[in-house]
Amino acid sequence: MTGVWVTIAVLALATAGLKLAGPLLLGGRALPAGALNVVELLASALLAALVVVETFGKGRSLTLDARALGVGFAAVLLARRAPMTVAVIGAAAVAAIARAIT
Amino acid sequence: MTPALPSDDSGPARERREAGIRRGVPFGIAVFVIAISFGVLARPVMGTVAPIVMSIGVFSGAAQFGSLAVLTAGGSTAAAIAAGVMLNARYLAMGLALAPSLSGRPLSRAGFALPTVDASWAAASRGDGTFDPWYMVGASIPQYVGWVLGTVIGVFAGGAIGDPRSLGLDALFPAFFVVLLFEEVRGRRKLAAAGGGAAIALGLTPLLPAGLPILAAGAAAVAASRLRS
Repeated sequence: MTGVWVTIAVLALATAGLKLAGPLLLGGRALPAGALNVVELLASALLAALVVVETFGKGRSLTLDARALGVGFAAVLLARRAPMTVAVIGAAAVAAIARAIT
Repeated sequence: MTPALPSDDSGPARERREAGIRRGVPFGIAVFVIAISFGVLARPVMGTVAPIVMSIGVFSGAAQFGSLAVLTAGGSTAAAIAAGVMLNARYLAMGLALAPSLSGRPLSRAGFALPTVDASWAAASRGDGTFDPWYMVGASIPQYVGWVLGTVIGVFAGGAIGDPRSLGLDALFPAFFVVLLFEEVRGRRKLAAAGGGAAIALGLTPLLPAGLPILAAGAAAVAASRLRS
């Protein structure tokens, strides 16, 4: 159980450190224009990476399971302008149905 | 001029923060449901109190699910910490991006930077490389409430909910990031960054420890920034 508490304490501090490092070290100084161009695109790249890792990742391997169906369904709903809560819950529903029938 | 501290409640700051809160409510609902699944999954491994403390103190789905997966599989404390830190390494890049938009004393900058989460950070982006700090703080508030409340419910209602996988709850978290992606990606440079980021993360997942493939995906933003808009 000690391990769990150590994990929580270190992760809380490390996450805060990662969030604060830039704003505290860089201050309010402006980034060069080239860097701003990259920053503008950073969210797209990181979010897409999170989507595929959380959808297809299983430890250090890739797998295709019910999550992919659910996430795919969410994408279809969003493309049809469904509200985000509907899309997120729809993903769980489709994944649950896929697991129930396989 | 004294710099605006996060406790400052004056006109425009308050308006921006309240606009952020309104923007954050749907995120908060989604995060609430995801946090229930975290509580359900965490209880057998971490007990009842620890998952709640973790959600209060870490407030990060990626790191919490990542380190929980390691602990559930019987991995070491060090491995659980490493997974969580790697998964959150993107906050370093996000913080660097945010920094020029924060002014004032270090304490004030820290107060704005600490509530950073993916959804608020992306929502507060003005699209020209700068961020609206008050809006970001506001958007994080409903998500923090949803995250902690959902964890509490998941931990205590876990028995009634049953196996979270059979309810498809493990699809909630990636679906939430699809929502964020849909809101973010506009125009071909962002599309190229997203496609490249996904390809890099998929390609590196079998090769690198958890989290690093996500950080490496940032290279796609560098490559896409060279495209003409």
